[in-house]
Amino acid sequence: MNITLRVWRQKGRDDEGRMVTYKLTDVSPDMSFLEMLDVLNEKLTLENEDPVAFDHDCREGICGACGVVIDGEAHGPERTTTCQLHMRSFKDGDTITVEPWRAKAFPVVKDLVVDRSSFDRIIQAGGYISAPTGTAPDAHANPIPKPDADRAFDAATCIGCGACVAACPNASSMLFTASKVTHLGMLPQGQPERASRVVRMINQQDEEDFGGCTNIGECAAVCPKGIPLDTISQLNRDLLGSLGKGIG
Amino acid sequence: MATSGAILVLYLIAHMYGNLKVFSGQEAFDGYAHSLRELGYPMLPENGFLWVFRIVLLASVLIHIYSAVALWARARRARPASQRYQVKKRVHRTYASYTMRWGGVLIALFVIFHILHLTVNVIAPGGASDSPYERLVNGFQPQFWFVTLFYVAAVVAVGFHLRHGIWSGLATLGVNQARRQPVLNSIATVIALVVTVGFVLPPLAITFGLVG
Ligand code: HEM
Ligand code: SF4
Ligand code: FES
Repeated sequence: MNITLRVWRQKGRDDEGRMVTYKLTDVSPDMSFLEMLDVLNEKLTLENEDPVAFDHDCREGICGACGVVIDGEAHGPERTTTCQLHMRSFKDGDTITVEPWRAKAFPVVKDLVVDRSSFDRIIQAGGYISAPTGTAPDAHANPIPKPDADRAFDAATCIGCGACVAACPNASSMLFTASKVTHLGMLPQGQPERASRVVRMINQQDEEDFGGCTNIGECAAVCPKGIPLDTISQLNRDLLGSLGKGIG
Repeated sequence: MATSGAILVLYLIAHMYGNLKVFSGQEAFDGYAHSLRELGYPMLPENGFLWVFRIVLLASVLIHIYSAVALWARARRARPASQRYQVKKRVHRTYASYTMRWGGVLIALFVIFHILHLTVNVIAPGGASDSPYERLVNGFQPQFWFVTLFYVAAVVAVGFHLRHGIWSGLATLGVNQARRQPVLNSIATVIALVVTVGFVLPPLAITFGLVG
């Protein structure tokens, strides 16, 4: 396949960025999107140019590092992570535009790499449980109804990639935060901090300058892990409950 | 946003119902408008209920606009102009959700015009009158087709606003669950359609000579 790439290049945090066009020939449809970028970078290195910086780690869709916006869609045209996207999803001769996540809370570090530590601070604000340490408890010490366990597991599959923020017209991190609130709130271990967790996480996400949620639904539509939109309503219920109890 | 919006939706439904009385003739319509002013009398002073009602409405409108502006400003801060996408696709979002902000501005301008027209009556196409019925009939005569057109356009904008607004308000109030999501969206669509049709009928009926 012959592919024309338009890639966002930006030297550092405070530099101006711009789109740069590259042409690639002989791209295999079986390559993953990141392998295609590897090929580009080998070519750039041989030409003594600066390779395109992009984030990645597991390359198997579980770490959440690799997000970029491809042709205007977070993680590109398939509902999966960029590393699990393959070139067969494109056509020979296509021009593909690749941009970093764009949000004030995700500043560009270099080219396509953004700093997502704002997510870490939201987790630090309340996305944990205070558990006693020691040996692992008995498997059945804490019976949990199957539907609750399923919902908690579904919400726990969030990999913190940030696609929800990238796609949201408000650049809101609500789906990410809601997945954590739902995950921990469905389980008995999450109850002691349940009321304060939601308030603290929301305050932190406001402080990080994420936008406000207006229930548009782009987040859930692009989420590679299929985190459902109704987690946001669950977060809102928890929040209303906390505010009602005067926590906040 | 959701609470003030809910008050406005309830108001719109009541207002639409009141407007439809135009089909029952001048007496019914004017009688209805008059009864709103007498409601609670003599417990309340004349017009007392109406003014309480207007203050609640005005407060809701101001809170609604304030929250909308705050959300708008936050969205702009969260993705400043320097960080716009070169290419951005709409994956899921509806046209209704896309037009909430500018649609809201349009509706606000319409409401100002509308109050000057049919409540205060300082804008009075076709002649001013003490009878709300006559104001209505005068204003939507065929030669004032552009007034009718503006009302229809504004009401369609209200319809879109409600389509996304009702759904979004319910989600914010914590009502949404995966199972219920299609139902909530249908409720929003149905209310939006009923309100749109209910509001456009009286002006259209007058312009086309069916009433008056
Ligand atoms: C075709 C559509 C409409 C018609 C024919 C209509 C008609 C009227 C009339 C006749 C009045 C004056 C009532 C009186 O003096 O007793 C009125 C008042 C009012 N209308 Fe409408 N209306 C329409 C649509 C709307 C819409 C879509 C909104 C809001 C988004 C709206 C908001 C108001 C408000 C705020 C008042 C003033 C209430 C008050 O304080 O007395 N109207 N309308
Ligand atoms: S909710 Fe989905 S899109 Fe958002 S960070 Fe988690 S996995 Fe990524
Ligand atoms: S590199 Fe880990 S999810 Fe893509």
